[in-house]
Amino acid sequence: MAEKKTLRQEFSKGLIKENPVLRLVLGTCPTLATTTSLESAIGMGLSVILVLVCSNIVISALRKVIPEKVRIPCYIVVIAGFVTVVQMLVKGFLPDLDKQLGVYLPLIVVNCIILGRAEAFAGKNPVLASACDGLGMGVGFTAALALMGGIRELLGSGSLLGFQILPEAISPMTIFVLAPGGFFVFGMLMACANKLAERKGKPKAQLSCQGCPLSETCSIAEKTACQKAKEEK
Amino acid sequence: MTMKIFFSVLLTAILTNNYILSKFLGICPFLGVSKKLNTAVGMSAAVIFVMTLASAVTYPLNTFLVNHDLGYLQTIVFILVIAALVQLVEIVLRKYIPALYNSLGIYLPLITTNCAVLGVTILNIDAGYTFGEAMVNSIGAGLGFLVAMVMFAGVRERLDSCNVPKFLQGLPITLVAASLTSLSFMGFTGLVEGIFA
Repeated sequence: MAEKKTLRQEFSKGLIKENPVLRLVLGTCPTLATTTSLESAIGMGLSVILVLVCSNIVISALRKVIPEKVRIPCYIVVIAGFVTVVQMLVKGFLPDLDKQLGVYLPLIVVNCIILGRAEAFAGKNPVLASACDGLGMGVGFTAALALMGGIRELLGSGSLLGFQILPEAISPMTIFVLAPGGFFVFGMLMACANKLAERKGKPKAQLSCQGCPLSETCSIAEKTACQKAKEEK
Repeated sequence: MTMKIFFSVLLTAILTNNYILSKFLGICPFLGVSKKLNTAVGMSAAVIFVMTLASAVTYPLNTFLVNHDLGYLQTIVFILVIAALVQLVEIVLRKYIPALYNSLGIYLPLITTNCAVLGVTILNIDAGYTFGEAMVNSIGAGLGFLVAMVMFAGVRERLDSCNVPKFLQGLPITLVAASLTSLSFMGFTGLVEGIFA
């Protein structure tokens, strides 16, 4: 029973407390690029869930086989393999989504959420817990993307999932589906998330090295704000 | 004629389709390393170097893969080539050109997982560029990265001395500033078509 509860905790921490987008600030590129409509945001989220869960399971199963020194290249190969699988599935069954996501689908390989979870969790924990962790993080990522995609599509083209929501008389603000709107909506969501976190007495979200999978080998860390974070630890 | 095409590819990559500000590739270093001007320049120089090298290596490799009906291996091969290349460059620089290593080397480990590098190699293939165009596009993408980083480093230095409302402090105001910087780049829309009409 006790184990079951911890599994649920592994799953639920990714939803809000450690939401990868709004709290850990990971995977910012797809967050900004694929949220021009709710549909592509959800499509991106689901692809990431699939890759994240599968790669977490495999990496966790192989954690005792992979030598410490070459673990990052090994993780990248596993992740790239699953990304290729997802790429083929999407191309075969959802060609429209493939066109919308374009280059961002193969770029899931370098999405720092996936490598970050492999390094921070799956490489150290058993298979079942890693699967739950991946699922939770993936769902949290999808939820944040869907929220942002919904806001941008509603304001920018007056529709949701392609259905007209705002009356025709209100002309949509196209700027929201363009690049500047993406940065702006993300900034505002981040401000809201910070406000909510502050109310609960938690620190603000920061772009820090803790989430970065390469933080240990990275020497830039000594020059920038990351050093402070390290010292505080 | 070819010069004209090269020039239009270059200008498009730097200004109208800037990799950071309109394609959202390489946002992590854009937000993370742009606090100071010198780190921004160092990072961008390393990105230009690796991008050009990676494109030069992956373009012929892709032709080889496609000729052997192995096109589906593109993603795996590209990321491995980039990772290996970055390691190799780091080792070579450290051994033979220590001065350059000291200024660029520290940024190299970060570049493996920079989506702009993998992005530019894949986009070169998707856009159907010739080898020459692909090289020009990679250099342009790197230069565009540099322009955006340097501009944004300037914006952030000004931002430090501003009185920002409390709820926007930190990352939110940085994103809003990025939004305005990106808005200014939208002014270049149609520029390339206008010049080469």
